[in-house]
Amino acid sequence: MERNPMRRQLAIMRKSLFDQGHLDEQFIELEELQDDANPNFVEEVVALYFRDSARLILNMEQALEGKPFDFNKLDGYMHQFKGSSTSIGAKKVKAESTLFREYCRSGNAEGCVRAFQQLKKEYGTLRKKLEAYFQLARQTGPMETASRPK
Amino acid sequence: MVSGNSASSSSLSMKSDEDIVNNNNNLRVLVVDDSPMIRKLHDMYLKKFGLKVQVAENGKQAVDLFHFGASFDLILMDKEMPIMDGEEATKELRTMGVTSMIVGVTSLDSPNEKQAFMEAGLDYFFTKPLTTDNISFILQELNKKNNKN
Repeated sequence: MERNPMRRQLAIMRKSLFDQGHLDEQFIELEELQDDANPNFVEEVVALYFRDSARLILNMEQALEGKPFDFNKLDGYMHQFKGSSTSIGAKKVKAESTLFREYCRSGNAEGCVRAFQQLKKEYGTLRKKLEAYFQLARQTGPMETASRPK
Repeated sequence: MVSGNSASSSSLSMKSDEDIVNNNNNLRVLVVDDSPMIRKLHDMYLKKFGLKVQVAENGKQAVDLFHFGASFDLILMDKEMPIMDGEEATKELRTMGVTSMIVGVTSLDSPNEKQAFMEAGLDYFFTKPLTTDNISFILQELNKKNNKN
């Protein structure tokens, strides 16, 4: 049981990210790679993800302004976005990406627009939660080894 | 040729870390991916196994490295990249006579696209992201290959 209140809060935040389905086991794989020589590895990888994905979201927004939709182009962007999201364990974002791609492949423009809005919502939530998590982690200092959620 | 995520289960453990690292100290790996995040991630995975890692941002950079005399034991090759994609780069490397183990690492989900990528000259294919089990499997196969030569 974590005695330090900040560490306890950090552990609670981390657990809720998994319990609420925002993250999956892949995030734990990243945590297991982090070590004393690379103490900010997870945060650095996640920062690169947010940088890459912001660009892809902008590309998709622009592509969704064109009429008719270029479904191949949209699918291509989302393929990249889904790949990156999978690599950091962004579970809900990955699920929304899959749904978007299904709409693309069936040429369902309305479905694409709806799925994209939902994806942006999940992405925004994830980003906010992870930024808060890492901010607290920096204040708290190094934690114990990554643990898998029960 | 093996595709998919087949791998023997061999997670890093505190007791075997040193042995694994020592065995892999002389192996050189080239990570070819246009995503800075993936390059960083795979670089870290591989260094945990004691491997020497170099990165390239696209297939052309990878091919150019070999043209200029570089050599690697293992190449992790993404498929979708600008300038020269992984399939073309793999074909080019095999045409040049490169015999390094080339492992495709991509998020492709079309069986036809996977097949085409394998037929370009891959030894193995894994879905992104790589896991420690995938890397253990790759290194076991690489060591078997090196012991044969």
